[in-house]
Amino acid sequence: MEKRYEHLADLYRRMLTIRRFEEKTARMYADGEIPGFVHLYAGEEAVAVGVCTALTPDDFITSTHRGHGHLIAKGGRLDLMMAELCGKRSGYCKGKGGSMHIADLDLGILGANGIVGGGLGVAVGAAYSAKLRGTPQVAVAFFGDGATNEGLFHEALNMSAAWSLPVVFVCENNQFGVSTRINRITRETDLSRRALAYGIPATSVDGNSVEEVEGAAHEAVARARKGTGPTLIVARTFRHRGHFEGEVVTYWDKGELDRWKQADPVLRASGVLRNEAGISEETLRTWAKEIDQRIQEAVEFARQSPLPDPSEALDDLFWEKGARA
Amino acid sequence: MTRTITYMEAIREAIREEMQRDPHLFMIGEDVGPYGGEMGLSKGLWEEFGDLRIRDAPISEAAIVGCALGAAATGCRAIAEIPFMDFIGVAMDQIYNQAAKIRYMFGGKARIPLVIRTPIGGYQSAAAQHSQCLEAWFTHTPGIKVVLPSTPYEAKGLMKTALADSNPVLFIEHKKLYQRKGEVPIGDYSIPFGKADVKRRGKHVTVVATSFTVEMALEASATLAGEGIEVEVVDPRTLVPLDEETILESVRRTGRLVVVHEAWRRGGTGAEIAALVAEKAFNALRAPILRVAAENVPIPFSPVLERFVLPDSEKIVQAVRRVSA
Repeated sequence: MEKRYEHLADLYRRMLTIRRFEEKTARMYADGEIPGFVHLYAGEEAVAVGVCTALTPDDFITSTHRGHGHLIAKGGRLDLMMAELCGKRSGYCKGKGGSMHIADLDLGILGANGIVGGGLGVAVGAAYSAKLRGTPQVAVAFFGDGATNEGLFHEALNMSAAWSLPVVFVCENNQFGVSTRINRITRETDLSRRALAYGIPATSVDGNSVEEVEGAAHEAVARARKGTGPTLIVARTFRHRGHFEGEVVTYWDKGELDRWKQADPVLRASGVLRNEAGISEETLRTWAKEIDQRIQEAVEFARQSPLPDPSEALDDLFWEKGARA
Repeated sequence: MTRTITYMEAIREAIREEMQRDPHLFMIGEDVGPYGGEMGLSKGLWEEFGDLRIRDAPISEAAIVGCALGAAATGCRAIAEIPFMDFIGVAMDQIYNQAAKIRYMFGGKARIPLVIRTPIGGYQSAAAQHSQCLEAWFTHTPGIKVVLPSTPYEAKGLMKTALADSNPVLFIEHKKLYQRKGEVPIGDYSIPFGKADVKRRGKHVTVVATSFTVEMALEASATLAGEGIEVEVVDPRTLVPLDEETILESVRRTGRLVVVHEAWRRGGTGAEIAALVAEKAFNALRAPILRVAAENVPIPFSPVLERFVLPDSEKIVQAVRRVSA
């Protein structure tokens, strides 16, 4: 197989992992096995996978409330994620965080975040830290179109531009902040133009094309690593599910989701693999089976894990001498 | 061996010594560089440590705290300066939703060596947006330590502890204390958090006071001594963690308690200390607990109005007389 297709096959499997993880999560949430809120990433997989493929394990990301895709793409463990979603002691956060607060500092994952735009400051700081410590690390801030109207978005772009910090700002423009379509609350809907104000380069990409996203990410990451400063990437995409699981979606135009599903990033990649690289249906099915197997193992791990002891709620507030982290 | 230096010099000296020791410690804030800080606290530091470590920031309080936080979470130590505590509201999300919660939400996996320094206080006709004491906002939020030094000795010793800590610390300085002189040891020393200091021994009434009001409490105690009332003045020095034992032990001896702070009475830390004593030393009380605190209005401009609103030693004298009657 050509090198390009080998690589695409790898990206495809990662995207499919996210998709199947989210589908499983949706079922478990509906069954009451996962408490709280979950915001699923299905439909936007190409952004997380395209961007994280351009990163090294030492690079940093900050994520959002819709964070499962970013975590998986950056190498997060499915079993620890699933256990956390189920509120188990063996989960990433010992059951203290849940879907919106998963982090893996060893993998540079500085956390999902329940506050829109909340991670942008942390990403700027991680980049500042790389500069001060003299490492080649880059920080990527993922956020949605909604976050571009938060003050911290502007503060973070301005600050990191002023000091040429190694940050890549990745806006996942899925066109809705909860129910509100972007053109109802923003006049200039080409969000990449925001970068002009801060004197940094920006690029708009088809967020459902994993190869296009990856290309833009490689350029932006190279620029950041070279010390020339931040880039804004705006990836146009669409979520396949409501803002949160259980939501009754009333705000999409008729047929809008179906149109976006025609451009499903996972199906597009499998289409190229099938039609251009000659990958057989059987191979595609085998990959899916392997992925489902891994997810099932994660689910079993979560199911078999004990709940935390209630009094563990009082642990982990402050770091003390002798603590692990 | 000691020498006499100011409160401001004491804080600066602690920062300078720790910056000399740790190349990954930096300070970020508005005008902290060549200008030397809005209060003059960082004078000389930029010349010694340069741009990257004494970082002049845009007027972006949220990004200032975010940058310091992100760096602290990724291998640096950071000091963020907010030039008046009144401005801290702009950075609130980064402090109470991010810095204070990251370690806990992530299941105890992060270490956040972050000090947020900020001056408080009135008595200078600076009016409603440049005079406030907002420590109660932060004592209410688990996950951040709250420190209020009242003398140069404490300012240096507590800053040393703050900079050795691996948790978010809010270090609250008082503008009226910056030029106060006091004895400070020549060698290295630090003052542990959660250890109150009894500033004056007395057997009739316990007065718990913090920051600038410690001086007022001592002045009031001198007046009251002339009337035969021996006041014990307890300075908790840190409100989180709070040295409950020293306060309770004192009240068990005196049977009378007056709590003093410059912050507003309603929902202030005086209410917390009063509740603590009511819960744990009720039987020792021989009089109702009184609070001397700011009236529940914004801090007014005209000196005569401001004096009416804020505590002073005369108000403390009256409160002590009332509980002694």
